Amino acid sequence: MASESHIIEYKTLGLTLAALLVLTGVTVGAASIDLGWVNVWIALMIASVKAGFVLLVFMHMRWEGRTLQWSFLATVLFLAIMIGFIFWDVAFR
Amino acid sequence: MTAQTDPTGKKLGMWLFLYTEIVLFGGLFVLYAVYFAGYTDDFIAGAKELDLFFGVVNTIVLLISSFCVAAGITAVQKAHNRIALAGLWGALACGAVFLVNKYIEWGHKFEHGIYPGSDRLADGPAGQNLFFGLYFVITGLHGLHIIIGMTLLAVSLVLVTRQKITAQNNAMLDNSGLYWHLVDLIWIFIFPLFYLVV
Repeated sequence: MASESHIIEYKTLGLTLAALLVLTGVTVGAASIDLGWVNVWIALMIASVKAGFVLLVFMHMRWEGRTLQWSFLATVLFLAIMIGFIFWDVAFR
Repeated sequence: MTAQTDPTGKKLGMWLFLYTEIVLFGGLFVLYAVYFAGYTDDFIAGAKELDLFFGVVNTIVLLISSFCVAAGITAVQKAHNRIALAGLWGALACGAVFLVNKYIEWGHKFEHGIYPGSDRLADGPAGQNLFFGLYFVITGLHGLHIIIGMTLLAVSLVLVTRQKITAQNNAMLDNSGLYWHLVDLIWIFIFPLFYLVV
């Protein structure tokens, strides 16, 4: 497995941190503009992008094998099923 | 004499545990989402009482700490021991700053009569009681994770100093790092949900 010995360069990590800090600024800025319910979705979208950076680079998921990548996606899928069914239930009560 | 090690297995085991953590916090976020849909105005009023400053500072502090840990792991793999130690100390310092901020922030809330079961919340609007209930449970559970993560990083720091964690054998540091990054990742969602829905 190539992933075992993959070393992430300091520069990659630094750029990732910079991107995360910029996105934090963007999300705070976006929240100061009142767009009603759209605000929540924008905030969650930016949070997901930030989470993606942390997951792919800091947690080196980008360089992992299929076992970890697919099992992670399966976890997210199950979370989505849980969220989806709960909202389905709540919406039609 | 060399013991068999299985870094791939150790990593997979850690990830399986992290999946349970994702579902744990995911469940709490669903609870938040359902009540947010039902009591939107109260949640927004509650979020206005939180200090955005602390939220932003703690977000930045955790992002920097994650970078420190990741850089520390790179340093160990490259046998740059001093950078590795600096990274881990930096991450621990960030964790401490985060907890101090949380202490100040919770302290302010307590002073204003906002704590689980307080008269103000019990007699106030139901939605605000729910908002702050979720706030204390979710940030409290997250804070507990910060303490556990700092403990793991501190142990790793000692092991790096003693040359027990090396470029060839760093599963302990790697897994502590994964845990720490997950705690950061969860905060990335907590921050907008509690501080930015105003």
